[in-house]
Amino acid sequence: MLSYLFHRLAGALLVILGVVSIVFLLIHLIPGDPVEIMLGESAAAADREALRVSLGLDQPLAAQFLNYLGGLLQLDLGTSIHLRRPVAELLLERLPATGLLAAVSLLVALLLALPLGILAAVRRDTPWDSSAMGFSMLGVSIPNFWLGPLLILVFSLWLGWFPVSGRNGMASVVLPALTLGTGLAAVLSRMVRSSMLEVLGEDYIRTARAKGLPDHRVVLHHALRNALLPVITLLGLQLGALLAGAVITETVFSWPGIGLLTIEAIQSRDYPVVQACVLLISLCYVCVNLLTDLAYAQVDPRIRLGGGH
Amino acid sequence: MRVWLPTGILLAWLGMALGAQLLPLTPNVIDLPQILAAPGEGAWLGYDDLGRQLADRLVIGARTSLLVSVWVVGLSLLAGTLFGTATAYHGGWWDKLAVQLVDTFLAFPGILLAIALAGLLGPGIDNVVIALTAVGWVGYARLSRAQVLSLKHREHVQAAESLGSSRWCIMRKHLLPLMAAPLIVEATFGVAAVVIAEAGLSFLGLGVQPPQASWGAMIRDGTRYMLVAPHMVLAPGVAIFAVVLSINLLGDRLRDKLDKKMTAKTGNPS
Repeated sequence: MLSYLFHRLAGALLVILGVVSIVFLLIHLIPGDPVEIMLGESAAAADREALRVSLGLDQPLAAQFLNYLGGLLQLDLGTSIHLRRPVAELLLERLPATGLLAAVSLLVALLLALPLGILAAVRRDTPWDSSAMGFSMLGVSIPNFWLGPLLILVFSLWLGWFPVSGRNGMASVVLPALTLGTGLAAVLSRMVRSSMLEVLGEDYIRTARAKGLPDHRVVLHHALRNALLPVITLLGLQLGALLAGAVITETVFSWPGIGLLTIEAIQSRDYPVVQACVLLISLCYVCVNLLTDLAYAQVDPRIRLGGGH
Repeated sequence: MRVWLPTGILLAWLGMALGAQLLPLTPNVIDLPQILAAPGEGAWLGYDDLGRQLADRLVIGARTSLLVSVWVVGLSLLAGTLFGTATAYHGGWWDKLAVQLVDTFLAFPGILLAIALAGLLGPGIDNVVIALTAVGWVGYARLSRAQVLSLKHREHVQAAESLGSSRWCIMRKHLLPLMAAPLIVEATFGVAAVVIAEAGLSFLGLGVQPPQASWGAMIRDGTRYMLVAPHMVLAPGVAIFAVVLSINLLGDRLRDKLDKKMTAKTGNPS
């Protein structure tokens, strides 16, 4: 386990270094002079020079990169140009909202995907199966920047059950979470179904049935537990899509999280904030994947002892 | 029915996109008395917030999404396949470096990197293509790498090597034809992903510039008038949804079909 752990950690560190490099280089991709774009053409020459120095853009690229890395190690993400506040402070302010949205969306996705997937697998090739998989197909194909407005139209404007946008009490999280969770639920329910179908053909399921165990016990206790392993890996991978989807969903609902901050920062050309948001979301994703892999290896000894690495 | 309906929808999409120039469209003509007018006679999808015909803008939006998806999927497929095939076949340090690069790009979830890139590069259809290709090539690189790794020790490749074929010739004649099926399936789903991504970027205001129409930008405009003019959100949304759903349905069938063929040929699935 220990060598697997080191191997995975070293790999993750390399990836993190790569991600940091790309995020650092982003600001150098801006066509033209980034300082001019950020301040506008009417800015005084002294202001431009001050911003250039404060961003470190007057130094050679290698020195800038080392400064950036050094800052990151001390959790110094720079200062917002637009709001003139430390970027780390802004991120901390917005983090709880995104965390809440992601958690509730995950819950929604699991609550939809598990019953649908199990139902489709147990009643294979029946109308139950095809309608569950039909739902999954619809869920994969509907973009969340359309599902969101549709939900607002029906549940906020026509029925008046939930607030249109913003974050006011628990009711306001329902529609964004539904929007974000549906896509994930669609992917997961397919995975649950195929994983369940595989497990249901195993010998131990036949044994359990032969012992005369009731159906629900065989399905939930014997089959589901074994079927969940690949689902957990997929969940880790799909969490990234969830985080990226949060950028769009938060914009639809004006949900004050990291995603909305990213878009606001892009619109106000506050590039240090854009960099920090992209970095934070990507690092969350890398960490979740690392934890998923390690948890998986802990649960399933075949992986860490496989010697395939 | 299960094939014809999606095929019909995709043909309509193609027809709208390719025929847009031939049709007498007026997507930018403003008819002030008709602002936010609901669908009715003379304008079967109604008018938008500036009094422009929604149906005409929908056709131009089809053009935008087809143009972007053809470019992005084409460029990504080319770059990713070349990169993945070359590094995997070469092996050694180049391959290690390539895996590291691919892993790094995959560490950016979904279209996040494309959002940041499009935001920094500024709006415009060419920047959308650049941003989405920068994210899109990785998938094809990973897929073709996995394919080459399993193919490069096959006997026919070894035979070609011992006959002194050049690397380029082996890649082109002995590897790529066998990799085509999974790459085509991936590219099919890739088109659906790019249609959503382009509309997503335009929805965020990072895509095409007004007055050029995009389905995503139309939804964005529509969300401000949902109570008075829900047709502004419904029409472009249905268009995106129908196109993406059709591609996914046909992609599934294509995958099943090619899978069976591959299984029949080699005797083992996947």
